[in-house]
Amino acid sequence: MKKCDLAIVGGGPAGLAAAIKAHELGLKDIYLLERDNFLGGQLVKQTHQFFGSHKQFAGTRGIDIAEIFKEKLAKREEIKVLKGAVAQGYYEDDVLGYSYNNSFYKLKPKRTILATGASEKMLAFPNNDLPGIYGAGAVQTLMNQYGIIPGEDILMVGAGNIGLIVAYQLLQAGVKVKAVIEATGSIGGYAVHASKIRRAGIPILTNHTIREAKGKEEVEGAVIQELDDDWQLVAGTARELAVDTICLAVGLTPKVDLAIQAGCQMAYVAELGGDVPVRDDCLQTSNPRVYIAGDSAGIEEATAAILEGELAAINVAQDILSDRKELIAEDKTTREKLKALRKGPVGEHVRKGLNKVRRNEDAGKDRYSRSWKG
Amino acid sequence: MRIKNHPILDFARDREITFYYNGQEIAAYPGETIASALHAAGIRKLSTSSKHHRPRGFFCAIGNCSSCFMVVDGEPNVKTCVVEVEEGMVVEEQEGRGDLSEKM
Ligand code: FES
Repeated sequence: MKKCDLAIVGGGPAGLAAAIKAHELGLKDIYLLERDNFLGGQLVKQTHQFFGSHKQFAGTRGIDIAEIFKEKLAKREEIKVLKGAVAQGYYEDDVLGYSYNNSFYKLKPKRTILATGASEKMLAFPNNDLPGIYGAGAVQTLMNQYGIIPGEDILMVGAGNIGLIVAYQLLQAGVKVKAVIEATGSIGGYAVHASKIRRAGIPILTNHTIREAKGKEEVEGAVIQELDDDWQLVAGTARELAVDTICLAVGLTPKVDLAIQAGCQMAYVAELGGDVPVRDDCLQTSNPRVYIAGDSAGIEEATAAILEGELAAINVAQDILSDRKELIAEDKTTREKLKALRKGPVGEHVRKGLNKVRRNEDAGKDRYSRSWKG
Repeated sequence: MRIKNHPILDFARDREITFYYNGQEIAAYPGETIASALHAAGIRKLSTSSKHHRPRGFFCAIGNCSSCFMVVDGEPNVKTCVVEVEEGMVVEEQEGRGDLSEKM
């Protein structure tokens, strides 16, 4: 079994930012485990430009941000980057097990930063398991990473930013988007994205839900229906759309399997996408050896994930290194950047969610009682 | 179908390779995953579910959900959405749970 200062699980924006920052601050013995055989996580399929106030990345496309990180990482040869390494478990004695090249390895890090990201949510409706029903992220992967269109005619479910952006990317790739439907009464995504869709002549139908998918071996159609303000179906409004693909953009949920195994106190917070680890302001969990950064601690976007990765790395460095003066200043500026990013009405939701779990000893006390260390 | 002209992205497709799906020859490009190459060839059903034998395609395309399991070169439960296609690879539709007993 190998020992190391820091193990980072996940090579997306949070994990990459954490690895680079930790090394910059003087940690030498760092492992970065990435399940895929490429780095960048979901950045590699994001062809849209980032918005927000973060100087470094606003106006840059996700795919280009991934390249910037990869170049920075390549210069830091000391960091042990394992692509194709799947973290399999976090054990009681703080040992991290992972598989790599068909073998199983064990690692005992002084600190671990979990940056495992998120997975897509499903929606319950008849025939929702048919081939041709894909998560919005899957559609992006297929189109933007492999250059393959998901189908000819598509129904987009969900008018948040992801639904709108992916609908637009489908248009760019030459796919017909029949409609974007949204169960609530309003469009959740930014107006700029919505108006691009409308200008292309695609209806965005609010107060509409999917009733069922049609087809035997794969999707051949979708039945949609109107909802009233109490979320009840409006009789007589069901209609069938001839589509071969249904794209679900109904949100993400944090990937927290390793956090639960590590005994981290968990809480259910709807604003953050589901079960999330309880963290303090330093992003440390109830297991003092484990930090969590990015979407795996609550759904936000890549810029926040990058800043959280850096913040976690700064705090790990404070735990491990003796000279801490510089670190305290870094810690402060990174927190301020995060605060600025979450300012205003767009960040309200995230702020509310984070407040529920920060410094709250009772958050989620009944959940996962087996691992509750209170 | 493969995208040929994209306003932002360029896809490198200089060398064609061949693999087999249920005995049928399929053309692909290095770097594509098995599931995406099959999708480009119009094949979206990858397996059948274990209980009700319903058709299964991929869902997440990033290795999270296990919806894309197929038998690859005799090995069952391969996540075809993340494993890259290789020259001469033999890919078969998977029925229900894969049998690992031989491998153990
Ligand atoms: S489609 Fe989800 S794991 Fe392959």
